[in-house]
Amino acid sequence: MTPRQRRWLFAIAIAGFVACYLWAFAGLPGFGHYPGPYGPEILKRAVGETHATGVVSAVNFEYRAFDTVGEEFILFTAAAGMSVVLRRLRGESEHEPVQPPVDAARGRDLPATTSAVRFAALALIGPTAVIGWWLATHAQANPSGGFQGGVVLATSFMLLYLSGESITFRRLSPTTLLDAAEAMGAGGFAAVGLAAVAQGLPYLSNFLPLGHIPGAITSSGTIALISFLVGIEVASAFVLITGELLEQTLLVRQRKPEPEAARGGGG
Amino acid sequence: MRGAVLDVLQATVLVLVAAGATLVVRTRDRVRLVLVLSAYGMLLAILFFVFQAPDVTLSELTVGAVALPLILLLTIAKVRKPQ
Repeated sequence: MTPRQRRWLFAIAIAGFVACYLWAFAGLPGFGHYPGPYGPEILKRAVGETHATGVVSAVNFEYRAFDTVGEEFILFTAAAGMSVVLRRLRGESEHEPVQPPVDAARGRDLPATTSAVRFAALALIGPTAVIGWWLATHAQANPSGGFQGGVVLATSFMLLYLSGESITFRRLSPTTLLDAAEAMGAGGFAAVGLAAVAQGLPYLSNFLPLGHIPGAITSSGTIALISFLVGIEVASAFVLITGELLEQTLLVRQRKPEPEAARGGGG
Repeated sequence: MRGAVLDVLQATVLVLVAAGATLVVRTRDRVRLVLVLSAYGMLLAILFFVFQAPDVTLSELTVGAVALPLILLLTIAKVRKPQ
């Protein structure tokens, strides 16, 4: 095919694409005009039915809770798969010749963490952890939830690492504890659903008392409970994933000066 | 009046997001790309906020501006070949 023919082919294809694109645009509803019946209906019912003023949480953890339980287990599986893959790699690499450090220029030490970074990171740990917990436990009241809260909570662990306290980071996040917390979060979500089945209700029905004041911390029954469990699951999964990656990077760095001494000292 | 302000705000953020996306695609250096991507995540978070989706804003802020760049940086550090 000559360049000329290719250009013609491209011109035809792009003309067809533009035509279809414009056609599709012409059929769109007006800007900001949602045509479906689902949104308005949910907005009308949600607060009265679930006592959750955070309507998005009501949708995520009640109306479409079955959908969310699937998402939850996607993350669970990803974290589990990641630790399995990286663990095997760690075992294998002990028999291989020592790799040169991947992230450091040769003949030069790694730059130490500056005190400004240390200070900023340490100062942010507390507020970050509080915001994370607040997000995870206030899904029924505000636009928040376990997913966001969990990642924010995990970020406070990352800050700990960033401040140069990698040993404290590892001491505070032992893999066994993270594994257990992750399993508890994910399994707890599924168990809340099964608890409803045990009472003769459909899977993941909201069987707990809804509380009297919509949006209060004790309101919304299982919505708040599920959000809390999701927060624990997401936080531990994320710390697990990044912790594994950090350890991978650290392992190689540790080997540089004395490969023999560093061998087996990965934990 | 408030509607007009919101319209201008939304249009501005949309243009910024388009520019940011272009910048992400045009960046070749990997480490710089991650930083640009993080800033782009921040822009997207603002976009969602301006379009009145605070819930998605929080997700985008945590995942797009923090979690994804962090994991990408770690992966780059891990796989980078020595020069």
